[in-house]
Amino acid sequence: MDLLIKNGFVFDPLNGVNGDKMDIAIRNGKIVESVTERTSKIIDATGLTVFPGGVDIHTHIAGAEVNTGRLVRPEDHEKDFVRKTANTRSGVGYSIPSTFITGYRYSRMGYTTVMNPSMAPLEAKHTHEELNDIPMLDKATYPLLGDWWLVLENLSKGDFEECARYVAWMLRITKGYAIKIVNPGGLESWGFGRNVHSIDDEVPNFCITPREIMCGLAKVNKMLNLPHAIHLHTNNLGIPGNYTTTLETMKCLESIPNDGKPVAHITHLQFSSFAGEDWGTLTSGAEEITKYINNHDHITFDMGQIIFTDTTTMTADGPFEYTLYQLSGHKWVNSDVETETSGGIIPFRYKRKNPVNAIQWSIGLELALMTKNPWKVFMTTDHPNAGPFTAYPKILAWLVSKKAREATFKRLHRKGQRRSLLPSITRELSLYDLAIVTRAGQAKSLGLKEKGHLGVGADADIAIFNLNPEKVDIAQKYKTFRRAFSNVAYTIKGGKVLVKDGEVLQQSAGKTMWVDVQTSQEVEVDEEIKRKFREYWTVEFDNYPVSDHYLKNSSPITIKADV
Amino acid sequence: MSIVKSVTCPVCGCLCDDIELTIADGAVAQVKNGCAMCEAKFFSHNNKHRITTPLMRKDGELVPVSYDEAIQKSAEILANATYPILYGWSSTDCEAQRIGVALAEEVGGVLDNTAVVCHGPSILGVQDVGIPTCTLGQVRHRADLIIYWGCDPWSAHPRHLERYTSFTDGRFEGSEWKSYINKVKAAAGKKKLRSLERKGILKERHPHIAPSVNDNKPPEILNKKGRKLIVVDVRKSMTAEVADYFLQVEYGKDYELIQAVRALVKDQELDVEKVAGVPVEYLQQLVDAMTSCEFGVIFFGMGLTQSAGKFRNIDVAISLVRDLNMRTKFAIMPMRGHFNVTGANTVFTWQSGYPYGIDFSMGYPRYNPGETTVVDILMREESDAGLVIASDPVSNFPRRAVEHLVKNPLIVIDPHMNATSLVGDIVFPASIVGIEKAGTAYRMDHVPLPLKKVVDPPEGLLSDEEILSRILNEVRNIKLKTLEVA
Repeated sequence: MDLLIKNGFVFDPLNGVNGDKMDIAIRNGKIVESVTERTSKIIDATGLTVFPGGVDIHTHIAGAEVNTGRLVRPEDHEKDFVRKTANTRSGVGYSIPSTFITGYRYSRMGYTTVMNPSMAPLEAKHTHEELNDIPMLDKATYPLLGDWWLVLENLSKGDFEECARYVAWMLRITKGYAIKIVNPGGLESWGFGRNVHSIDDEVPNFCITPREIMCGLAKVNKMLNLPHAIHLHTNNLGIPGNYTTTLETMKCLESIPNDGKPVAHITHLQFSSFAGEDWGTLTSGAEEITKYINNHDHITFDMGQIIFTDTTTMTADGPFEYTLYQLSGHKWVNSDVETETSGGIIPFRYKRKNPVNAIQWSIGLELALMTKNPWKVFMTTDHPNAGPFTAYPKILAWLVSKKAREATFKRLHRKGQRRSLLPSITRELSLYDLAIVTRAGQAKSLGLKEKGHLGVGADADIAIFNLNPEKVDIAQKYKTFRRAFSNVAYTIKGGKVLVKDGEVLQQSAGKTMWVDVQTSQEVEVDEEIKRKFREYWTVEFDNYPVSDHYLKNSSPITIKADV
Repeated sequence: MSIVKSVTCPVCGCLCDDIELTIADGAVAQVKNGCAMCEAKFFSHNNKHRITTPLMRKDGELVPVSYDEAIQKSAEILANATYPILYGWSSTDCEAQRIGVALAEEVGGVLDNTAVVCHGPSILGVQDVGIPTCTLGQVRHRADLIIYWGCDPWSAHPRHLERYTSFTDGRFEGSEWKSYINKVKAAAGKKKLRSLERKGILKERHPHIAPSVNDNKPPEILNKKGRKLIVVDVRKSMTAEVADYFLQVEYGKDYELIQAVRALVKDQELDVEKVAGVPVEYLQQLVDAMTSCEFGVIFFGMGLTQSAGKFRNIDVAISLVRDLNMRTKFAIMPMRGHFNVTGANTVFTWQSGYPYGIDFSMGYPRYNPGETTVVDILMREESDAGLVIASDPVSNFPRRAVEHLVKNPLIVIDPHMNATSLVGDIVFPASIVGIEKAGTAYRMDHVPLPLKKVVDPPEGLLSDEEILSRILNEVRNIKLKTLEVA
């Protein structure tokens, strides 16, 4: 049956719609010009706010690392369990929810598309098996390619075309969506317990520097015409004073021709914007970083906003997790993956009364608020690293309301308060801006043409919030706003009403998107390659690719490459 | 006749995926690259003793019935039970395990896998202190110190050494197969001499005395470059025979020994001569080898998880590796037994949050090993029905636990008749996963690998996955009907 959403206040930044009262017509899972009102199901959205379905560009929800995180934290689940109902499966939270619960909770906040940003290619099947078990959402996942031996070898030879062919091949066989780079060079060094400390340190045994890896893969990204830029987790992440490394990283990517499009997405930038000499003198580097970003157009970023809660950090940046282990002494997981990457997990509690955490909290918000163009900044917590995704409504409240910020600010550690730039920032985002930082901007950055907007032809992914923008001043009534964004009035995905008043009505499987890059010449698979493969990995060539069996709803995006 | 390459072997946690099979007349005719266990398993599908129809106990006798009848009856048993247990899972594929979680949730039962009598303590240790680990290829490329502790891969994971550790060529470390051949030759020669002596052909020159632990001094090789292999065990296992150094620990004293090693790693002095029967002097040499390596790894087995101390042993073993990471790069990994025991823990965790011993009786997953684990539930005589899949608890659970298991209705799903199916009330034959059914399994280092279907199952035989999903459907139907009636 057709669906008609009537009379809502619609915010659709990609089409320039700012709070206009409009009807939205849906047929066969797509948004259409109009439908016959008499024969359609009507949703009366009078007095409600209508957004495109939420898009999350960076959230660790599936795969080997995430699942090991679940495994080591029974104490995290015990306090947050979910009963089975007639429509939904049981499961647990809190910081690393089980797969079904991940889907339900995202959907209840109006999200319809999420990106899993970290997948070791060797364990790609695992990631896809879990993605199949996350209902309610469309998904994609980024393979970790920054420390893959074949990338390092080809780039150090200067053979970009061959490297591009390998990357295209890898994206296809792992069913990946974008090139993920984590602490380039550092992960290979971590194989023997070492790390790189600047973008010009040489990676042991490979005659290459992080600078060459990043620039090389950015070039490759361009050659392959991939929809998203390189997705970059910088060197020296989480180390005091690292904002200079971040600035150098952004500068070194200036040289990549970009025709106005971003060449790199720097993820969870908060962790890469520390000024100061050590933990004691840590201050915010947000001012310098945002100054640079405001003056350049080749970078987008997401926040990685800290939430004051007990969470679980997990990243492919093994050496960084080791640093956290030394700091906290908490249970520590390290998992290195042959020829590809590494990984680590540490449970962590961010505390208001810890000066470092207080400053980190401030940095995330400073970055978002001091970046003038909202199309360059996206709201994330790098779930679950800086906090679980269920805390998004809190962050939105901080972004739209100075009052909300002040309420948290006054409870922070004194040192954190003194070193924060927030008191001087009066900017409050509008609902229109929010629609950009939570959906439109993210969809644009990802090159998802049918997501993040409500124009004709878009997927009918819609979130309706119980909030009347004419009556509620969100900057003042931030609690009302937060409540509305925690439990949607409706989540509609693919034209189906999945959630109503925060209750899951039905489950929907969602699809897995991946890029099928067509290169003019493919990687030649001969006996020589198979032999090399056997040397590099401990599995057979034939058993390495993710076959169609592992994608319940496969949705390939075909792209023609320049090589 | 056809040849199938790159087949994954569904036997142990090594999950070797380079097996080459020759198929003739719909049966496996030849197995290449595999170990003895692998060959036996691949040939087993042609076993004449396999049952091909479900059996149900009627008047005390197991009689053949149709799948429909057996599935209907099983669903009734599970739907009407108040606290059923669903146990096994480690020798089937992830696809079946996924349905297993849904079924356990639907019937409000307890879901548990064989880890509970195997590496369950390892999981508890990991939940206590985490685990610095890696994939097996990382060991192949980088490890120059390999320690097997309380396990005997030569017998239990026969290709572990040749595929992943000492006898492989990696990017940064080479194979030690040459020294291994010398050692094997020497051992064989010694054996021959002794045999001749026994037969009286050769005059006994030196009376044979079994070496005591004290004589077993760490050799010079521990100070050299290149891969080194150390085995720690209570007896000289086959792996110990080929090792560069064998350290014999007194039975049940692993915990003590590891704590002593930890102290030495932290440069503390020990005021005793011996720990767990090993002279401290030798331990110091061991510690020197550990701290001076480029990349070390400890593999541990049942000798550590199921001896006195259990998960505390794993706790300190992992803590030792944490300490060693302050000095160099070190990893640790459990030697998982069944080919997909890792997969069962993995699937259970992503769907429910917990790896084993999951109690759904409250409508949500609950996990408290010791309380919600199957052996303990059986010993407390709490369950009132059981489903056992791809496992044989009757042959290895404690007697009292088995008695309670048998007392209640028992459903068994397995390709072959085993001790458990003999006492079951409903017995389902299933196709063999990895031979007659394709699927997925997780290697001991969590690397997922596809299992192939290489031959057709006997006619009419269903797979684990099909049997379980049909039972699940029936259970849902029964519950709907009871709801309607109410």
